[in-house]
Amino acid sequence: MKAPPFEYVRANTLAELFQLWRQAGPEARLLAGGQSLIPALAFRLSEPNVLIDISRLADLSGIRVRDGWLRVGALTTHSELGSHALVRQHAPLLAEAVPLIAHPAIRNRGTIGGSLAYADPAAELPACCVALGANIVALSATGERRIAADAFFRGLYVTALEANELIAAVEFPPLKAGERSTILELARRSGDYAMAGIVARARVEASRLADPRIVLFGVGDVPVLAVGAMAALAGKAAEAASIAAAQAALAQELDPPADLNGGADMKRHLAQVLLARAVKRLSASAEARV
Amino acid sequence: MTREVQIALTVNGEAVARRVEARQHLIDFLRLELGLTGSHTGCEHGVCGACTVRVDGRIVRGCLVLAASLDGARVDTIEGLSDSQEIRDLQDAFIARNACQCGYCTPGMLLAAAALLESNPRPTRAEIREYLAGNYCRCTGYHAIVDAVEATAAARRPRQD
Repeated sequence: MKAPPFEYVRANTLAELFQLWRQAGPEARLLAGGQSLIPALAFRLSEPNVLIDISRLADLSGIRVRDGWLRVGALTTHSELGSHALVRQHAPLLAEAVPLIAHPAIRNRGTIGGSLAYADPAAELPACCVALGANIVALSATGERRIAADAFFRGLYVTALEANELIAAVEFPPLKAGERSTILELARRSGDYAMAGIVARARVEASRLADPRIVLFGVGDVPVLAVGAMAALAGKAAEAASIAAAQAALAQELDPPADLNGGADMKRHLAQVLLARAVKRLSASAEARV
Repeated sequence: MTREVQIALTVNGEAVARRVEARQHLIDFLRLELGLTGSHTGCEHGVCGACTVRVDGRIVRGCLVLAASLDGARVDTIEGLSDSQEIRDLQDAFIARNACQCGYCTPGMLLAAAALLESNPRPTRAEIREYLAGNYCRCTGYHAIVDAVEATAAARRPRQD
């Protein structure tokens, strides 16, 4: 379990990074928190010629709010994300998700940019970004562009990033009035990747769900936006009939690949169980705060 | 760009400078270059927690950190924490409760438990289990470890009377 030999260099500024990256060529990999990349190196699933360490680039750090949007720098660790006052205020879903990500020692190093760029379909933060309608800020030597989260995840470990782009930050839109959100997952052991997980978000108006947004993770190649379940819940109260209809729609629209945890039927079942729990939690949390 | 990197860092309070292979992870660096064998190499892909050490005051998986990236960092291992007596009570509780059997997971378990008690001085048993879920122990069944952490937390609390 030793990594293959590679060269290492640390970038101290963005200008230096793009110069080093050009020089190193397409086989180079960027090292941020390293919590996915270093295991991949140990397994020799990845054999880069050069690692460019971006972990000290100040331009990719920091959390701030501008025009109501929360901007989270790519190098923000999961631990920082989970404890930051601005995150709790402007995107409480992210703070709720953090304890589900791996273990404390990994959360102290792993970054949000790394999680999104790696695009593991069972990871929590990609699903949160899709549910919240986040924009991923992609940066190259020629400038930056924003990619909507639901267009960012293209396939298994595949994203919309070009070969010369990295993630600079993630931007989350302002919370709407009455907005609630929650995240739930089922894993064999706390901290493991989920067998199935769900992020649910809606505005709760007079105990009815408006604009529900339901994203499943661990049940496909990418975070799955459950449009059928969303339609079944729109405008409805969290009652047995509407939940059953949404569960039926969800079973129709999911096509989970089998993995070591179980087959498609089991994952579809877990997703339906999670959907019912999540919908109840959305409406319960609303009532608790009235 | 080079396959060897010069680093200068602080390990258990002592300044250290070495030239390291770029691919060497922190635990191999501690064990092979510095002779600090208290931090254990387990799975080497971030699953087992036997390599838990502190970098800049926070626990990390030592096998998932490259030594080359630690220029200027502060690293603390079980040797440093033992010498400073910082976790003497926790270590005593592990011995009293027989929370270490083969001892392979123990240094990592102690580092993780110390971090828990720092962030949450009054953890419930469920919180202790949750926090230590990333540290494998193949001997004890965990019960004695949870007992030891719980007992340490209780003993650290100021008496109410």
